[in-house]
Amino acid sequence: MCTLALVTAGGLVTGNDAALSVPDWPLSWGRLVPPLEGGIRYEFAHRVLAATVAALTALLAFRMQAREPNPWLRKLAWAAFAAVLAQAALGGAMVKLVDPKSLAIAHACLAQLCFGLTVAVAVGLGPAAAEAGGAGNSAIPAIAVAAIFAQTILGAAVRHHALGLAPHIVGAALAAALVMWASLGVLIRHMDEASLRRPAMLLLMLTAAQIFMGLAAYTARSLAVDDPQPMPLTVWTTLAHVVVGALAFGAAVALAMRVRGRHKCTVDGTL
Amino acid sequence: MKKIWIGVGLAFALTLAGCGGGEKTEAPKTETGAATAGGAAAVPDEVNGATITGKVTFDGTKPTPKTIDMSAVPACMNAHKTPQKSEETIVNDNGTLKYVFVWVKSGLPADKTWQVPTTPVAITQTGCMYSPHVIGAMAGQNLDIKNADPTNHNIHPLPQVNAEWNESQPPGSPDKMQSFPRQEVLIPVKCNIHPWMRAYIGVVNHPFFAVTGDDGTYSIKGLPPGTYTIEIVHEKYGTTDQDITVGAKDSKTLDFTVKG
Repeated sequence: MCTLALVTAGGLVTGNDAALSVPDWPLSWGRLVPPLEGGIRYEFAHRVLAATVAALTALLAFRMQAREPNPWLRKLAWAAFAAVLAQAALGGAMVKLVDPKSLAIAHACLAQLCFGLTVAVAVGLGPAAAEAGGAGNSAIPAIAVAAIFAQTILGAAVRHHALGLAPHIVGAALAAALVMWASLGVLIRHMDEASLRRPAMLLLMLTAAQIFMGLAAYTARSLAVDDPQPMPLTVWTTLAHVVVGALAFGAAVALAMRVRGRHKCTVDGTL
Repeated sequence: MKKIWIGVGLAFALTLAGCGGGEKTEAPKTETGAATAGGAAAVPDEVNGATITGKVTFDGTKPTPKTIDMSAVPACMNAHKTPQKSEETIVNDNGTLKYVFVWVKSGLPADKTWQVPTTPVAITQTGCMYSPHVIGAMAGQNLDIKNADPTNHNIHPLPQVNAEWNESQPPGSPDKMQSFPRQEVLIPVKCNIHPWMRAYIGVVNHPFFAVTGDDGTYSIKGLPPGTYTIEIVHEKYGTTDQDITVGAKDSKTLDFTVKG
């Protein structure tokens, strides 16, 4: 939840054009707490949440190192921690190097990856992953995860004016098709198994919502082209597009994890 | 286990620790343009040179400026008796366009350098707006950036050719002196704290430029005889250019029309 809140805070920073309202890092206006006005509020809240997520992810990694018997899950937790650290470093580099587009896009994409990794850890720790059952094709949900992440990269490039809208629209169609292939495939085979049905249904619903939010964000932006500042409708529709995108990515990760877990359980009896 | 503790230390160093950053003491910068290097730089000859004057007419329905919402920052809102309007497109009462940057795009002798004025060009943050909205400066000429507001600002130009920078300017802090070493028309400037704040700076290698004002006119003086391309640049309506030939002491008119 904290990682998702961090993604949301990051989306608010970009939406309100506040990314460089604090021109220094790691301090903020030379202090621990800057003057909280205008865009600074968004940027500073983002930094505080980032520190919180870093601390929580470190705690998670330590606890799993001490108590989790599955080495693969321990590695996932450390990967999540490393990703949060890299994300913090990228955020700092953006401030120090004055927001180069490439870093801003990388920062947006790594945020989604951090969220995906924490979802993967949470799903790995869940009881449903250890259940036994019939094997599915574990590659297809993984492809859906990759497609959604690729779509995240295209979306970030559009948002930071590095790319036109066309590749993002084409990517949306491809990602939606892959998601449907993965989700419907799972639903057809495992409709009676809640641990697979739920993430598959969730992924389908979130993908549909994401397409709707994309259209809403585009319409809001088109209407606000002459506005002198970021308007609430544009900020919130775009933010919803970012957050629903993160949730869809998380759902795809959860589905892929559970299909993979079931596949491994069936093939060699271990998770 | 030791590696883990090192990792934790690094995490908090990256996210929280206080190394670096902070306010810099501002000192005036010297001009860095080639025009000042050799000491043989020219100045416009306003007595024998040519003068080009003209106006920029707006052709179309006069747009209604959008109202800026400053309610999120009381210090900004309280600075104005009435809500401020966007300065993106201002059509004067005589049908001309304000804040158009006019400059000699080409035609000047390539081997000639021009003296960079020692007087800085001032831009002031007042009422959470930039004043003036559009300015011109020579490459290497100092910009004197003032904060006349009782609130914080950051100044963040977004050049394509020059280096991008971003600096904070709290209320009551000294003026900031900055310059752009390379020609670039126009450089947007914004404040990320108050996202409605926008200014534009035209940076050129010579002194032959102007910005249209409340009457939509411009005047460029002291041009050597020759044929020039005069370009107008507007933040929304883009660029238009025309050629003109002038002789010594000529005074010619060159009007432009911008379609809305």
